[in-house]
Amino acid sequence: MNNTFTKNAVGRMIPAEINGKPVIPFKGVGKHRPEGRKTAPMIATCADYPSDGDKRVAGLKEALVKAGIQNGMTISTHHHFRNGDLVANEVFRIASELGIRDLVWFPSASFPCHEPIIGYMEDGTIHHIEGSMNGPLGRFTSRGKMKGVGVLRSHGGRYQAVQDGDVHIDIAVIAAPTADPFGNANGVTGSSACGLLGFALADSQYADRVIVVTDNLVPFPCIPWQIQGNYVDYVVEMDQIGVPEKIVSGTTQVTKSPDRLYIAELTAQFCEEAGLIREGFSFQAGAGGTSLSIGIYFAEIMRRNGIKARFARGGSNKYLVDMLEEGLVEYILDGQTFDLDGVRSMRDNPRHVNTSPFTSYNYHGKGNFAGIVDIVILGATEVDVNYNANVVTHSDGYLLHGIGGWQNCLFSKNVILPIPLFRDRVPVIRDEVTTICGPGELIDIIVTERGIAINPRRKDLIEKMKGSKLPIKTIGQLKEEAEAICGVPKPAAFTEKVIAAVKWVDGTVIDVVRQVREDA
Amino acid sequence: MKKTAAAGNRGTGVRSDCYVTLELKKSGGLEIRLESKVKPLFGDSIIDLCREVLTFFGIEHATVDIEDMGALPYMIAARLEAAVRRLIDTDRRFMMEVIPQNRYETKKDRYRRSRLYLPGNTPKLALNAGIHQPDGIILDLEDSVAPDKKFEAAIMVRNALCRIDFYGAERMVRINQLPAGLDDLEEVIPCHVNLILLPKCESADQVVQVDDQIQAVKNAHKQEYPVYIMPIIESALGVLRAFEIASASPNVVALAIGLEDYTADLGCPRTREGRESFFARSMLVNAARAAGIQAIDSVFSDVSDMEALKNTVLESKSLGFDGMGCIHPRQIRVIHEAFAPGQAELSKALKIVAAFREAEEKGLGVVSLGSKMIDPPVVKRALRIVDMAEKMGIEIQDAEKQS
Repeated sequence: MNNTFTKNAVGRMIPAEINGKPVIPFKGVGKHRPEGRKTAPMIATCADYPSDGDKRVAGLKEALVKAGIQNGMTISTHHHFRNGDLVANEVFRIASELGIRDLVWFPSASFPCHEPIIGYMEDGTIHHIEGSMNGPLGRFTSRGKMKGVGVLRSHGGRYQAVQDGDVHIDIAVIAAPTADPFGNANGVTGSSACGLLGFALADSQYADRVIVVTDNLVPFPCIPWQIQGNYVDYVVEMDQIGVPEKIVSGTTQVTKSPDRLYIAELTAQFCEEAGLIREGFSFQAGAGGTSLSIGIYFAEIMRRNGIKARFARGGSNKYLVDMLEEGLVEYILDGQTFDLDGVRSMRDNPRHVNTSPFTSYNYHGKGNFAGIVDIVILGATEVDVNYNANVVTHSDGYLLHGIGGWQNCLFSKNVILPIPLFRDRVPVIRDEVTTICGPGELIDIIVTERGIAINPRRKDLIEKMKGSKLPIKTIGQLKEEAEAICGVPKPAAFTEKVIAAVKWVDGTVIDVVRQVREDA
Repeated sequence: MKKTAAAGNRGTGVRSDCYVTLELKKSGGLEIRLESKVKPLFGDSIIDLCREVLTFFGIEHATVDIEDMGALPYMIAARLEAAVRRLIDTDRRFMMEVIPQNRYETKKDRYRRSRLYLPGNTPKLALNAGIHQPDGIILDLEDSVAPDKKFEAAIMVRNALCRIDFYGAERMVRINQLPAGLDDLEEVIPCHVNLILLPKCESADQVVQVDDQIQAVKNAHKQEYPVYIMPIIESALGVLRAFEIASASPNVVALAIGLEDYTADLGCPRTREGRESFFARSMLVNAARAAGIQAIDSVFSDVSDMEALKNTVLESKSLGFDGMGCIHPRQIRVIHEAFAPGQAELSKALKIVAAFREAEEKGLGVVSLGSKMIDPPVVKRALRIVDMAEKMGIEIQDAEKQS
């Protein structure tokens, strides 16, 4: 490979080209200036479409053939069905059957249910993935087995890449819990109801060909139309597009782990003492067990002090919906719904609003919601002593997670990472993270069961917490504590081969992931 | 002679532990095979540690298979030592240094409101126990350890005492019933343990045996820190002999009651109301107070019902108990709060203490509050309440405002 490498603004070596396309190394937060105009899809004419508005075709295979599927195309899907998606695997099964090769899969995220995709990478149907490579797909990629280089983007970065023309979607396949023959679609009704379809918005707007796949066809009009039929080429009916119990996995349970509850409690106490929980504030917590408990502690603090939040950002679930219905939160601005209570609330409550990566996260827009949020609770696999954090690889070097909305949320006013100090002997706080996904300047507070570290850049918070009884420590102290317990781990061993690139929210490359050396 | 032995835990759900299989050989040197999710990060150091342990026991030829689930070094060393000692007869112990944070002594009359039980052979539960700030932690070798795991559990507990930072909690071990418990003492006493719980105690003689053995082990290791004893009364006979047990040694600092075994001994079910154990609990409090030591109540076993736990603790406090056992970290705070002095109690105590200090300053022999004389025991109780409130960080100004 005669690729040259240059050091980017966070000190990582970035190749000049990835998958044959030139890349821009990360320049620093807000430093890269985009130029030119957004990309635009071809002008269509309704004269080419059935005048009665019935765009149905016999099956997914016919739709893909009519859409002109060819070698080397980019095919997109969305991940609102999470681990219950049946559509993406079916798309590539058909492509493989048609003998199509070297496709790029452009999902908004992947899940363990997409393990069959490995087979289509091995048989040459898929060249590489641009999206996320979770679990088995990540392991496959980390072993250097994917033909091309994976590209990881945040939810907002995905929208940015599509609108800026960095990624051209040839065919978008949009699984829709309910749709009409014109292509209007939503996620709030039907047996595969998933709440909203915001992750498919860019795909509908910018792809050359758009196929809507549904197992709940209703007569025109499908209301609400979260996806507008005016963008849609073909509508396909399938018996089943998702596995309902895996789409909305029942209500995620609040963690029972005393250690995680303790971290959640410390986080909530910190927010209260620092004065972050105040009338009209806003927050976003994830859907994991620890985050759920933080939400519950927030609710207690709000009730006790008679405080209302102006809005909460979803992922929504029962607990957030309860807060909305109790009046503790005035609006939920939701990016994805995690359980049936979330779906019901979004369908029935006008204060539970669906959003898309365009409104919430897109860095190349005239503002986005992420910066308005007061408190955001995020996770990380590793954090370094300069507060840089990793969410995609583990300390052993394997790529196992996607970025999700994580990078986008870093623009919130107070970014808090509640994490255990170590996991199964692996310290979470390191001298250097294996992969940098977010620069430390955007990460404010690390909460562990053994202490809370405040980024020295946040002099205001340090000042506010003076005299607090909470265990405030430096990040260096936390690292030493972890190492005293676990020992100092050896860094992961890699070959020279780049197997994935991690994009920053502005389309520049913040880091790359290399192939794991398995003999090490 | 046996040539292979194993120790440790494996299977789904096992974390922070390892399973070690050791086979002694006649030749071929040491072969150590490691399967571990942290192998890229810690593989070399794990293998080095195993070599060190084997060499310490004079083993030159062996194969070792380690299935590691993220065990810390002291856990791996404990498992390997257990396997070694199952195969060779040795007096040697692979002792790890007691971390400086654990070299503290506790006081006879320190608070013992909560003491958290930790199964001795499940290392992952002990690891973070201290962060929940119980007054004491109990590494249990008795009921929570299966009979065939007792041997390796004692070694695990010994290493945990040396290496885990419990952040100031009183470090206790519940040994097995005598006579097996005497062997446990040999293992754990050299690790700066603070207190030994003696289960199913029925006589003063058992306390004396434990006390003597503790002293003998301390002498052998030239150690002088205090090791206290808390006998657990768990039978009808034990209840009747509570006072002689409580006063059997100056090292006995508290009597605890175990109600599961006690009610079984009575032949009646343990109820939530607890009428069946009222006599025993009162007897225990009386015996403890007569001997000038603390009385500690049984555990509350429904870990999901915090309201019922709170009521139980309040009842316990009203009977005169000083503390209670916990089987889950979430119970600790409820117990501490319920044992804490109430606002009215605290403001009264503050007034008495203020009067006492004033009398002291003026050199008066008699403390009086308004027109009332205050007896010395009332002063003593008030001092204790104020002290506890200070240690628990209860806002005393608030209490004054209320009065």
